Amino acid sequence: MPALELVDVRKVYRSGDDEVAALDQATLRVGNDEMVALVGPSGSGKSTLLSISGGLLAPTSGTVVVGGEALGAYSAKALTEFRRRRVGFVFQAVNLVPFLTARENLLIVAELSGTDRSSARARAERLLDELGLGDRAGHLPEALSGGERQRVAIGRALMNQPELVLIDEPTSALDTELGEQVMELITTEVKGRGTAAVIVTQDERMTHYADRVVHITDGRLLDE
Amino acid sequence: MRLALRELRRRPGRFAVAGGAMAFLTVLLLFLGGLLDGLYLGSTGLIRSQAAELLTFSDDARLSLLRSRIDPPVRDEVEAVDGVESVRGLGVALVAASVPGENDLADVSLVGYEGGVEGVPDPPEADFVGYADRRLEAFGVEEGDRLGLGPDGIEVEVVGWVEDTSFLLQGGLWVTPATWREVLGSARPDAVLADGTFQALAVTVAPGADPAAVASAIDEATGSTETVTRDEAVLALPGVKEQSSTLSAIINTTFLVVGIVVALFFALVTLERSALYAVLKAIGASSRQLLVGVVVQAVVVAGAALAVGGLLTFLLSLVVPPGVPVQFEGGRALQVVVGVLVASVLGSAVSLRRVIKVDPADAIS
Repeated sequence: MPALELVDVRKVYRSGDDEVAALDQATLRVGNDEMVALVGPSGSGKSTLLSISGGLLAPTSGTVVVGGEALGAYSAKALTEFRRRRVGFVFQAVNLVPFLTARENLLIVAELSGTDRSSARARAERLLDELGLGDRAGHLPEALSGGERQRVAIGRALMNQPELVLIDEPTSALDTELGEQVMELITTEVKGRGTAAVIVTQDERMTHYADRVVHITDGRLLDE
Repeated sequence: MRLALRELRRRPGRFAVAGGAMAFLTVLLLFLGGLLDGLYLGSTGLIRSQAAELLTFSDDARLSLLRSRIDPPVRDEVEAVDGVESVRGLGVALVAASVPGENDLADVSLVGYEGGVEGVPDPPEADFVGYADRRLEAFGVEEGDRLGLGPDGIEVEVVGWVEDTSFLLQGGLWVTPATWREVLGSARPDAVLADGTFQALAVTVAPGADPAAVASAIDEATGSTETVTRDEAVLALPGVKEQSSTLSAIINTTFLVVGIVVALFFALVTLERSALYAVLKAIGASSRQLLVGVVVQAVVVAGAALAVGGLLTFLLSLVVPPGVPVQFEGGRALQVVVGVLVASVLGSAVSLRRVIKVDPADAIS
């Protein structure tokens, strides 16, 4: 069973009489521990595909299956529950909660899903240690470097032990050296846990970390 | 909820403006409430303290104690009515009193009574002695003082204290009917009353009798009286109803303002947090969880504002001049606390629509 399966997914936006297909007949399968890089220019539909895969956006047509769960019939409430338990996100702007410490930014995922507090805390401490943030766990994001914040974001994405991690432009604001460090971290921490990942990027320099590269242009996927 | 509380703890300054405004509004509410209660209690104590259920006035007095006259024959008729257990005479004279050692005159409502008043002992055995309401302490009155009443300075010695017995914001001084008649006669020679004549009768209803029926029976028997319940007599006092309704309207409007302040503040805060809410929704927060956080923050800020506002009110109350009829009652304070909390919850709930509208997909690029 693949971690992610999109079949003929279409997403159309209507503006008056005009129709814009942000995603057009997209079919994509991502294996259980596969890391796929999704590469394309701005406006090509990468974010739309990522959003649909993570249950943030409903497709106009087609099927979306994540870890064996078909999202098509899910209500908004069910999709929220799905995101709590099955999917992790790493956002382009990192988007840590600014008034929570590094540790608390991981724990928020467990609090939202009502997970037992002590086991959540133990997991968070373990993740932070593995990410090299053991001694930074009590710091607020403003006291962390860009790379450290990125690592906290990765830890947050892994906190609920998801089957699929969706990563949006992880290196867009980073120099080459730091970008490579982040990609190595993602490869180690995400792929190393047998978690599937889809990484959206415009940065062709980073695609060699992925198992497979898929190009997207004008909403259409081209497998490499 | 933990998220909301952590934000409050780590970014208290963010909520300072709203909290400050709400603290100021709390002070306003407590003072307005104190004024409402002070005016009401200070005007109505004499009537409210009557143990009797009914008060009988002459029917041409329009329920005014000062205009009413009940002569002994009318009293006899009242006493004979079925359902009347006891009748006690009541009279009041509003006079100025000189206080030993003080330059200013005290405003006194001199009450001639025959007993049956809650919190006031039975009438003194001697004339020209009386029980003074604590309100008169603000004028420097002390136990043992001989107050000079009316233009002739008729002396009455203060032999004890009573509370909450004022009439039209003038502290009560409870004396024998004879003392009252003499002072009334000196202050208002045109209003001299014969022995046995009172301004009103306090009528105690027999157990099991219906006060409304007894009141009607009294008026029918005499043909010259108007008998009402104690509460009706209170509301008939000049200005009581108008003051209460005006101040109540101002207080209710102020509660509304509290709600609006909270609504506006949290609408702005929610707008600022749109991006954060999108991320939280993306990682699994429900709209309900986010809204509960908003409401919790509103309640905590309101609680802090109430504490600060209460403390400020207490400090201000220490410097309020004694002549200002402000009285802080526990029940009113509780009403303010509940009102501010309810207004805060309702005000914060205005953000519900905005919270629901946040699209988690906005968290992606």
